[in-house]
Amino acid sequence: MMLSGAEIVVRCLQEEKVEYVFGYPGGAVLFLYDELFKQDQIRHVLVRHEQAAVHAADGYARSTEKVGVALVTSGPGATNAVTGIATAYCDSIPVVIISGQVPTAAIGQDAFQEVDTVGITRPCVKHNFLVKRVEDIAPTIKKAFYLAASGRPGPVLVDIPKDITVAKCEFDYPKSISMRSYSPVSKGHQGQIKKAVQLLMEAKRPMIYAGGGAVLGNAAEQLTKLTKLLGFPITTTLMGLGGYPASDRQYLGMPGMHGTFEANMSMHFCDVLLAVGSRFDDRVIGNPAHFAEEPRKIIHIDIDPSSISKRVKVDVPIVGNIIDVLDEMIRAVEASTRRPEEDTLATWWKQVEEWRRRDCLKFKHDGEIIKPQFVVQKLWEVTNGDAFVTSDVGQHQMWAAQYYRFDKPRRWLNSGGLGTMGVGLPYAMGAQFAHPGSPVACVTGEASIQMCIQELSTCKQFRLPIKIVNLNNRYLGMVRQWQQIFHGGRYSESYMDSLPDFAKLAEAYGHVGLRIDKAGDVEGALREAFQRKNDLVFLDFQVDPTENVYPMVQGGKGLTEMILSAEDL
Amino acid sequence: MRHVISLLIENESGALSRVSGLFSARGYNIESLTVAPTEDPSLSRMTIVTTGSDEIVEQITKQLNKLVDVVKVVDISESAHIERELLLVKVRATGKDREEIKRTSDIFRGHIIDVTDASYVIELTGTQNKLDSFLGALDASLILETVRSGICGIGRGDRVLKV
Repeated sequence: MMLSGAEIVVRCLQEEKVEYVFGYPGGAVLFLYDELFKQDQIRHVLVRHEQAAVHAADGYARSTEKVGVALVTSGPGATNAVTGIATAYCDSIPVVIISGQVPTAAIGQDAFQEVDTVGITRPCVKHNFLVKRVEDIAPTIKKAFYLAASGRPGPVLVDIPKDITVAKCEFDYPKSISMRSYSPVSKGHQGQIKKAVQLLMEAKRPMIYAGGGAVLGNAAEQLTKLTKLLGFPITTTLMGLGGYPASDRQYLGMPGMHGTFEANMSMHFCDVLLAVGSRFDDRVIGNPAHFAEEPRKIIHIDIDPSSISKRVKVDVPIVGNIIDVLDEMIRAVEASTRRPEEDTLATWWKQVEEWRRRDCLKFKHDGEIIKPQFVVQKLWEVTNGDAFVTSDVGQHQMWAAQYYRFDKPRRWLNSGGLGTMGVGLPYAMGAQFAHPGSPVACVTGEASIQMCIQELSTCKQFRLPIKIVNLNNRYLGMVRQWQQIFHGGRYSESYMDSLPDFAKLAEAYGHVGLRIDKAGDVEGALREAFQRKNDLVFLDFQVDPTENVYPMVQGGKGLTEMILSAEDL
Repeated sequence: MRHVISLLIENESGALSRVSGLFSARGYNIESLTVAPTEDPSLSRMTIVTTGSDEIVEQITKQLNKLVDVVKVVDISESAHIERELLLVKVRATGKDREEIKRTSDIFRGHIIDVTDASYVIELTGTQNKLDSFLGALDASLILETVRSGICGIGRGDRVLKV
């Protein structure tokens, strides 16, 4: 049977078992929306801004193991989506974005709502396509889903001119796809795995450092098993939180710029470092020259060869699917009679525990003023550490990462790579759609939340009972912190005057708004919010405006050169 | 260090911009880049001349390999290989200069492929060095226009870059 291009797009999405499409209609995608209207297998979520459509699809993907889908129109629809696409790209999140394009004959004519979407998005997608024939729609969408989810995942954009959605052809969805130019590695090199295991057994001061790849590669279980088997200390990066249970004794917290004292010291002074799906980001290792001063052997497992030896020279590179490589390593360790020497390991642990006793995350908490860290701690308690937590970008993001102890993967959603303010609420929407009965909290700040605040309207339409934890300090907190430390306290444009009354604003959107001024009211407010199972509750916490995030490694400094508290300034 | 990278890429619109975009986005150098379809019209072959430390060139080849449209990447300058570039140069050729230019062109095994009463167009292929030397041997004031193709490269012996 002959189907129109628009029908084919919808049929392809159905074949891919897509539950939700996050999008916004417009001229170039009218035929696609007409076909969405005629079916009920795929639910369309009407956002209020295309940026949020991609963020929500991205949040849906992060909180599940599925591919998120966004649909936007040509021109401004596509350009609004770019921030969302770049955000997903920087964190390797599988998202398929379908964008409308002006009719083929109008391309290049400066038509109404025309932009070169494929050109604009090229540097921030894993791949993109401009579909030029209706016959190409099905194989292209098949490729898009395959590319997005396989290898190192990432966003893939399919740009479809309006006339192609009208043209007709036979529909046949390919069962599988093979591309001669694309064949991601899966199995790790046997010899390298053997070498790695041997190195781990001989280690005197071993350390495991896992990143977002461990979470995205669904390898948390294997990572935990291997770490337990070896008895080594482990740290997980901002993107890797939940990849190993934070409540476990072997866990040292997050490394890096705002990492714990014990994680950073162990990273620096270990003699064998096992890096799992992490990329030695500048926010993690600080100054690479300082990091290289201390001799250590590095084993690096990653699906992407270009991540290996990019910033830090690696001794044993292993390219492969993390889950497969870790399984092989577990088998090799179990089969071996050798074990790391107990006394040596005990001595190392003694040192690590000594570092841990610095209790670097302690904060002064007295009186009625609300400490932001305290709010996150209480959030963790009230939700039994089992919520999906999203954040925006800034101080609140770091506090959420430091004080909410994630025991499970895919529970922590934030923009680690691009650092996009405004992701928190749409991420929470994506997570709530994916997990309708589960508690979802968006930890944000009064600045970040305003970058996608229009989505409160989407939340009302779809009755999403998200809890917004607004750590309101009236400042662009992280900017203010840097200005305090590095710019002589000249707070250039980091104070936000004329903030809205967020409780009333939430009410105007049809939600519940609460303003909390006193520390004594924090827990009660959180409990009340989570008891309201069907309501979105906007909790506007008036927190200490002078609080800073510690520990802190200044840009350009080494991992061990930490500012631990205000007294170190 | 100078490196010559050869690659096969799907012959699709936008393929060239994916490669050139990668170089500009990551701050890699391109000294020259040539591209044309191969005997299999679905594939294009590119020769890129770049410079950088070993670490950077390793990243360049990894990043090129990561492009979904790229089928194969080889740093042909890692072993014995041949490089050739085409030069077309238009020179003012009048009076006694005509003989002199013809002689110089012959020495470099160039061909005069267009003649007017006041000018020649000379065609010359060779390595970058040879072309540079030829241009150096000509009286600079006589050169009206030059155009160079950038180099094409191929490995010597049995080594073959093919799908």
